Amino acid sequence: MSARAWVFGDDVDTDAIAPGAWMKFDIDRLSRHCLEALDPGFAGGVRPGDILVAGRNFGCGSSREQAAQALKRLGLAAVVARSFAGLFYRNAINLGLPALECAQAGRIPAGAEIEVDLEAAAVHIAGAESLRCAPIPPFLLELLRAGGLLNQLEQRLAAARERKPA
Amino acid sequence: MPQTLAQKLVARAAGRATVTPGEIVICRVDLAMFHDSSGPRRLKPMLERLGAKLWDPARIVLVTDHYVTGEDAESRAIVGLAREWAKAQNIRNFHDGVGICHIVLAENGYLRPGMFAVGADSHSPTGGAFGVYMFGIGATEMLGVVVTGEIWLRVPETMLIEWDGRFGDAVCAKDVMLYLCGRFGLDGGGYQAVEYAGSAVAALPMQERMTLANMTAELGGQTGLVAPDAVTRAYLAEAGVRESEIEITPWQTDAGAPLAAHHVFDATALAPQVAAPHSPANALPVGEFGDVAIDVAYVGACTGAKLEDLRMAARVLKGRHVARGVTLMVAPASRKDEAVARREGLLATLEDAGARLLPNACGLCAGYGERFAPEAKVISTTARNFRGRMGAASTEVFLASPYTVAASALIGRIADPRAVLQ
Ligand code: SF4
Repeated sequence: MSARAWVFGDDVDTDAIAPGAWMKFDIDRLSRHCLEALDPGFAGGVRPGDILVAGRNFGCGSSREQAAQALKRLGLAAVVARSFAGLFYRNAINLGLPALECAQAGRIPAGAEIEVDLEAAAVHIAGAESLRCAPIPPFLLELLRAGGLLNQLEQRLAAARERKPA
Repeated sequence: MPQTLAQKLVARAAGRATVTPGEIVICRVDLAMFHDSSGPRRLKPMLERLGAKLWDPARIVLVTDHYVTGEDAESRAIVGLAREWAKAQNIRNFHDGVGICHIVLAENGYLRPGMFAVGADSHSPTGGAFGVYMFGIGATEMLGVVVTGEIWLRVPETMLIEWDGRFGDAVCAKDVMLYLCGRFGLDGGGYQAVEYAGSAVAALPMQERMTLANMTAELGGQTGLVAPDAVTRAYLAEAGVRESEIEITPWQTDAGAPLAAHHVFDATALAPQVAAPHSPANALPVGEFGDVAIDVAYVGACTGAKLEDLRMAARVLKGRHVARGVTLMVAPASRKDEAVARREGLLATLEDAGARLLPNACGLCAGYGERFAPEAKVISTTARNFRGRMGAASTEVFLASPYTVAASALIGRIADPRAVLQ
């Protein structure tokens, strides 16, 4: 996947990603306000396949998985950050949004064309360097390939039903 | 091999004798908690798609607290859905509009030392105050738990934080956590287990320990633990837990257990803390804030409006009245705590001081309903002051203890409660 990088700083919190005032609405409506406090042009400007790049502790704060869901709904293909808040990281993978930890994420310029390789755990900056990332554990890669936990559970339950016909 | 409390709790849930930090294990879940916002509204459609049943309704606790104030049709629909779902799924542990989930869980005796629990709320580490390995997860991960009864975990390292000596007058658990956020940052906990110990922690009542464990979320820990002791036992007995169900001895960190970090602080030296907008990590001693006028003082939330917190605020406000132009709002964390506060005369004290009482709910802390006005300067006992969380982008929220919030309401500016109490 090759796409534009949207760059944010450290400690981007889930209240910024999924603002509370819009939490009572569905994800289409909520996602239109995603990160508006930090970049009012973000939600409207993201093109499918774009990648969000951030500093330390991305997604800190609330457990609301709508944060990961809103980013996915806007079409972001992945989030690359220097580090993630643990809860957000779990939510992202569970919702099928790839999250890649990259100690050198700060080297990615805003608007750069970048490519993310999940299997190789690398980010390639077009016309420049490649950055190594922390590898995603195999069982989480599998979860991502299934498209998230809901899909994986569905497949597992279906397989179990086949093994044991009612 | 010596093990930390966190390791012992995880090992038990994983059905193992010991576990090593860093390894990935599958744990059996003893208790799963969720609320109106994170729970039924999100779980119901997913459960229907799967055609799956709940693994064990008796191990599920549902609390309505985020949308119960019901300002609009959407909020009322979310709570209505939770009620119908609880009935349809035969959830007997359903607590409807009687307080904030983490407090309701504790005061009803659901949390007992040795348990492994998850909550669909980021402040679920609150349960760690009882020697429970408890942490927050999102709704989809909760779906996995309520269908399978299991969850994966990377065995955490432990950061041991000791407070020795005694906290000074008008210094409390909230000051400790704001100080630690300032000192270590919002990711200082590294998504590991943080254990609080030392003589000053041992002297704290359960609700204060809950504040420590609760704000481990702000410190970026996965769970925040306090090893159980006689204080834990007494609280649980009061909450109706049978003596035979309270184990203390097995749930302690062994001497020589592996620690990722060990910090020892002098409790006596800690001053009341205030975190400036827009991060709990912007904490400084109250004395370092110059002349900061405030419009609103808010005593609310799981971390700042329990009975112990109400006692602190009332102690400062007794026989006094808030400054002209300051709005003081108090949202007791649970109906139970509110009832005791009423009996103790605390509510009368607060109301006489000019406080407006709000329902036993998340209220303004969540920012899901009523919100602070743009440009307002607020001092609040809540856990988070991220830009826009509780109000507009231009709303400025300072975080502090109930003592400091009450003192600031009295003076009309950020104020040191020690000066007021002298
Ligand atoms: S009171 Fe605030 S911090 Fe506590 S559960 Fe409610 S929204 Fe979360």
